[in-house]
Amino acid sequence: MSAQDAVRDAEPYAVPDRHAARDAVRDPWRPALTRSVLLRHDRVRGVDLLVLPERVVVLRGAAGSIVARCDGEREVAGIVAELARLHPDAPVAEEVPVFLERLRAEGWLR
Amino acid sequence: MNTPATLRAATPAPDPPWALLAELTHGCPLRCAYCSNPMELTDRRAELSADQWADVLRQAADLGVVQTHLSGGEPLLRRDLAEIVAAADSAGIHTQLVTSGVGLHRERLARLVDAGLRSVQLSVQHPDPRAAERIAGARAFTAKERAASLVRSAGLPLGLNAVLHRANLDALDDFVELGLSWGADRVELANTQFYGWALRNREALLPDRAQVARARARVERWRERLAGRMELVWVAPDYVDGVAKPCMGGWGAVSLTVAPDGTVLPCPAAAALLGRDAPNVRDHRLDWIWRHSDAFTRYRGEAWMSDTCRGCELRTADFGGCRCQAYALTGDAARTDPACHRSPDHGLVRALVDGAAARTKEGEPPAYAYRTHAP
Repeated sequence: MSAQDAVRDAEPYAVPDRHAARDAVRDPWRPALTRSVLLRHDRVRGVDLLVLPERVVVLRGAAGSIVARCDGEREVAGIVAELARLHPDAPVAEEVPVFLERLRAEGWLR
Repeated sequence: MNTPATLRAATPAPDPPWALLAELTHGCPLRCAYCSNPMELTDRRAELSADQWADVLRQAADLGVVQTHLSGGEPLLRRDLAEIVAAADSAGIHTQLVTSGVGLHRERLARLVDAGLRSVQLSVQHPDPRAAERIAGARAFTAKERAASLVRSAGLPLGLNAVLHRANLDALDDFVELGLSWGADRVELANTQFYGWALRNREALLPDRAQVARARARVERWRERLAGRMELVWVAPDYVDGVAKPCMGGWGAVSLTVAPDGTVLPCPAAAALLGRDAPNVRDHRLDWIWRHSDAFTRYRGEAWMSDTCRGCELRTADFGGCRCQAYALTGDAARTDPACHRSPDHGLVRALVDGAAARTKEGEPPAYAYRTHAP
């Protein structure tokens, strides 16, 4: 029933899964949020959220700015390049594709 | 049970709520024996107006609510439903319609989508139309099938909700097949929780242990086969499992319910427990109700817990279980949920489940006390 069962956190830069990153390079994936998922800024808590019919996912750190670029037009490489320009010192090239794959595995990105 | 003002002031402010269950009406064309609406249904003339709902939703958004489930009864009975959806959407709240599907026509759905409706959850009583009719006390299967197809054509996510009990647990495979053929994104297989009409019909609904075990094994097989193609949610049968549920994610912790007449409750079943102590949006701001009302602070946190819960490591996972269930089964809402195998009252629940096995042997079809229509 409703959000009672699931307010979940999605943290970028967490799970090192190199295989996922390799797949993303081979296939020019243009990630987009699936039909059930909305990206929202939560003005009360000051965080970005993924809002699903029965679930709310809190996006930590830079996650919201990554998901905001998943518009179905940008390729993963393009998203990485943009973020790398904005955050030159962050391990963007390694971690963003992994993060995107995790969201795809959850069914939030297609 | 009133918390003294000094104590209340010392209590840290609660985190904001995430979700609001809006019971727009207790009117419903169905009469399901498992309905969790209270036995005493709200008079349709006492319902909040669309303007009042709009105000409630704006207050809820300011408080932190990001998601609302527009439910009932049957919310489609509200002719002003699109206005309420629009109010939620413009306040920044995600809307899901929770419906029987009866009354969802193409034009109606188009108006709701225009107003900002994001998702639909459709109830299914049984994958077989005639069996469904017997459970719902009404003929609705064809309307549901059409509703599912309309929702999919509109491009909205579709969830099916199946409340499970002894008359449909063995049809679990067919529920999943139905979800696939109707194009659902999600099928919620929710074992009956015993409140309101479901509590009244408990003997007719409660499955035995073997039946639950069969269904659970099927869910596991389906999860492997589906591999994420369609989400399957299993809401556990707390009586049979002997495990208390983390009810509502804790009392007054995650979400709130607004009943058709504006009564605000920590969970949809809490009307029975709170009675006249339940606050109303006609009298108070939602913010005050969430933060300070006796109804919401009474079982928040752990101070209210009995010794059984206070010394138990499960309390951080199940928050002591369900207050409404403790009240319904023992008359004392502060006791450990009797569904928990560690509760001193668990014998009550075990005896009921043993009784279910005996009824299976007798083979009598369940006799339902159908839900009445709202006055």
